[in-house]
Amino acid sequence: FRIMAGKVKWVTDIEKSVLINNFEKRGWIQVAENEDWNFYWMSVQTIRNVFSVETGYRLSDDQIVNHFPNHYELTRKDLMVKNIKRYRKELEKEGSPLAEKDENGKYIYLDFVPVTFMLPADYNLFVEEFRKNPSSTWIMKPCGKAQGKGIFLINKLSQIKKWSRDSKTSSFVSQSSKEAYVISLYINNPLLIGGKKFDLRLYVLVSTYRPLRCYMYKLGFCRFCTVKYTPSTSELDNMFVHLTNVAIQKHGDDYNHIHGGKWTVSNLRLYLESTRGKEVTNKLFDEIHWIIVQSLKAVAPVMNNDKHCFECYGYDIIIDDKLKPWLIEVNASPSLTSSTANDRILKYNLINDTLNIAVPNGEIPDCKWNKSPPKEVLGNYEVLYDEEMAQSDGTDRDLRGRPGQPMGVKGSRTRDSGKPVLTTWK
Amino acid sequence: MLDPDRGLSLTIARVVQRLQGSSLHSQLERQARVSLHKPEIKLESLKEDIKDFLKTSGWEKKLQNAVYSELNVFPSPCHPAAPPEHIKEPLAYMRKAQGSWEKRILKSLNSMCTELNIPLAQKRPANEQKELLNKWNEMGTDEPDLSLFRPVYAPKDFLEVLMNLRNPNYENGEQPSFRNHLGLIQVPLKVKDIPELKENFSELGLNIGQLGIDDSAQVPPEFFENEHVCVGQKVLAEQDSAAAQQYVRQGCPTALRADLWALILNISNQPEDILYYEQLKSNVIQHNLLVDSLIYKDVKLTASNDDYYFVFEDYLYQVLLCFSRDTSVLEHFTYSSANPPKSYIQGKLGMEEYAVFYPPNGVIPFHGFSMYVAPLCFLYHEPSKLYQIFREMYVRFFFRLHSISSHPSGIVSLCLLFETLLQTHLPQLFYHLREIGAQPLRISFKWMVRAFSGYLATDQLLLLWDRILGYNSLEILAVLAAAVFAFRAVNLMEVTSLAAAEAVLADLSTLKVMPLLQIFLFATVT
Repeated sequence: FRIMAGKVKWVTDIEKSVLINNFEKRGWIQVAENEDWNFYWMSVQTIRNVFSVETGYRLSDDQIVNHFPNHYELTRKDLMVKNIKRYRKELEKEGSPLAEKDENGKYIYLDFVPVTFMLPADYNLFVEEFRKNPSSTWIMKPCGKAQGKGIFLINKLSQIKKWSRDSKTSSFVSQSSKEAYVISLYINNPLLIGGKKFDLRLYVLVSTYRPLRCYMYKLGFCRFCTVKYTPSTSELDNMFVHLTNVAIQKHGDDYNHIHGGKWTVSNLRLYLESTRGKEVTNKLFDEIHWIIVQSLKAVAPVMNNDKHCFECYGYDIIIDDKLKPWLIEVNASPSLTSSTANDRILKYNLINDTLNIAVPNGEIPDCKWNKSPPKEVLGNYEVLYDEEMAQSDGTDRDLRGRPGQPMGVKGSRTRDSGKPVLTTWK
Repeated sequence: MLDPDRGLSLTIARVVQRLQGSSLHSQLERQARVSLHKPEIKLESLKEDIKDFLKTSGWEKKLQNAVYSELNVFPSPCHPAAPPEHIKEPLAYMRKAQGSWEKRILKSLNSMCTELNIPLAQKRPANEQKELLNKWNEMGTDEPDLSLFRPVYAPKDFLEVLMNLRNPNYENGEQPSFRNHLGLIQVPLKVKDIPELKENFSELGLNIGQLGIDDSAQVPPEFFENEHVCVGQKVLAEQDSAAAQQYVRQGCPTALRADLWALILNISNQPEDILYYEQLKSNVIQHNLLVDSLIYKDVKLTASNDDYYFVFEDYLYQVLLCFSRDTSVLEHFTYSSANPPKSYIQGKLGMEEYAVFYPPNGVIPFHGFSMYVAPLCFLYHEPSKLYQIFREMYVRFFFRLHSISSHPSGIVSLCLLFETLLQTHLPQLFYHLREIGAQPLRISFKWMVRAFSGYLATDQLLLLWDRILGYNSLEILAVLAAAVFAFRAVNLMEVTSLAAAEAVLADLSTLKVMPLLQIFLFATVT
């Protein structure tokens, strides 16, 4: 027989101190990729190779990786939208009350992604929508890129002539997924604080999709644009005004390296409670939790729920001036670079708490375990949704606990040391 | 001693004089006149009927609030024969010290002015005016060259002055005996001891519910929080300043705080207030003041780098630039020990006809001044309301933190209160710190001067300022400072240098103020 004792052997292809320090503090041993490893924190390129059909890689029971094989169902902008649209249609077909629409045909509870089309595939559909509101602004995002690269705003059809399928001037031949774009209605009435635009970055850990078990990190943050927000058309080209990615903001003149233009979510809550009231603030945070869970439910059926996998996503959310949250995108590889000292501490703790949940007791993992960590190891995570627990409650909770309904849904107080957590809805 | 009836009638006379001619007065007159058309007003009982009408329509309450506000802000006259400077500051040596300090500040300002060859005030050319107007909401993006400007003074300069204050009537023997006060402040002012503080702050007692303690995650809201919120809503519905002031002693629910503070400070943001603010704004556009650069510099050095307040940088300019030009602030000098600096039109030095107050509001900002405004941005996002709240907070409280006076809420008394509390209740710690050259006041002074803004987490700071408003006093700042030292006493006993002591106390951002205060006042064995 073989003693399974010994230290966890780790590999990573991401050279970040917040990761490595966490491995080392657990006394884990670094090994190379071709050696026997137990834990591999890999970049998204590597996960593609590991699970690709050609390599025929088989993970053994004592090996864990930090991505699901087809995470792109959630993390690619076009696929995320596709899956959410599919999910909504399915619910509608089953006659679920969640798919209820209002008098304008908009989903009441599931309208949380701005109207989006794929280009060039849906070009004509897009044009139809565009003409309904010719003065609106749209944001073009390349499907395969991150960190705000390649994003631009348009408010005229001529600006995206290239993607028109009928376009004779189109030298745009390749339809490979790398060149695909999504175009979304730009939210031009974002909630402003101090006159500045911001978005929310929240971390969500998924340990299994079926049954769905996910955790939300209590210490999310707001990323502020350093330049004053103006919806004026002349500033459409100024990415410092419109994009909140730190990678972009860092190069603006006013970027500050002490606070990095970031606010904690608890500051946001304090500000909103003080200026808007407690009920609407609680409702906002409930809705944010709701849309995260719905997005995960939408992709759960198509996700390869490989038991060797867990994943920590970076959710980007924008709040509009009516206090409605919008899901902008989900990142599979949220940045582990630290832009300020506070940042470094936050990301270090994030990885620490993530590892405590994904690799119980810091010991050599057994991927067959039930993925139910005890409450004490959650650290700054709190349970966002636990499908098993929700089901074992027996009663049908689909009808209760939609956002805005007071029953059983309490906003979590991130400031205090963890009031027992939200989700009682399915 | 002044006979109480005499004192009362003097006070009434003063309040009446101040309210006469105010906009509230004319509104009341108008309301009374309008009420004549109402059927319930009868000629035979005209006076009574109008009074009843004003009561039921809420106008009497507004008048009550205004009177209450006056009583809170202006001290009661000590004696009908007392000269005006006694209302400002009864002790002659304090007045003298404040006067010298002011001369020093003004000299520093003037020399900066001469050195940089910049006038104290200048009219802006038309194109610059237009540009500023366009940029009004984003002055933070401006990058003026501020490298040559320095703050006129910093809190530690002020501390040096306070350390050297002496009462000339008091024998300061050369031999320090055990009776002598071992701290930095060497003037004999009366400060409260713990029994008196317990009585004064009785609502902070152990068996009374508090926000900041009894609303934490582990406590079910039914125990205190829900009821407290209900009471708060009732207080707001009644629009009663005095009730609000009593209520906030137990802390404000976050959703009600903005309105409660406005009620206590008697700020209602009327159209004429908004108009007044707009007028100040146009003054800013038209004229450039040297102090504007000082304000810019201060904001850039402090609030812009603060994790909580950087977001509101632009609001700070909008408030502080207007504040400098607000001559209504000059009124507070009647009860402040300070006097507004005077400047003379070029070439007419000494000629009173050519004297102007500089800056127009008489307040020269110092390093950290903008931190008085910053926390308020979490509560008020409408510039004119934010402005009025800040102005009222300044003329009621903050001015006492940077002027030399014997007032119990003045910075001198607060320093002495802090040192006395520490020396009396933590004598070992006090003595140890003194021995290693780390006089506690050297560390806590900056906390008190800033009313802890920038040192505590914002939610905690707001809970602290709730109590400042509730008790109409700044003494709680000194008590908190002592409580912080008490909390970190174990670590402080082990340090061997001022730098190490500073390090132990460098980060207050995780402290919870209400438990600290409660334990220090009510749960420490004296």
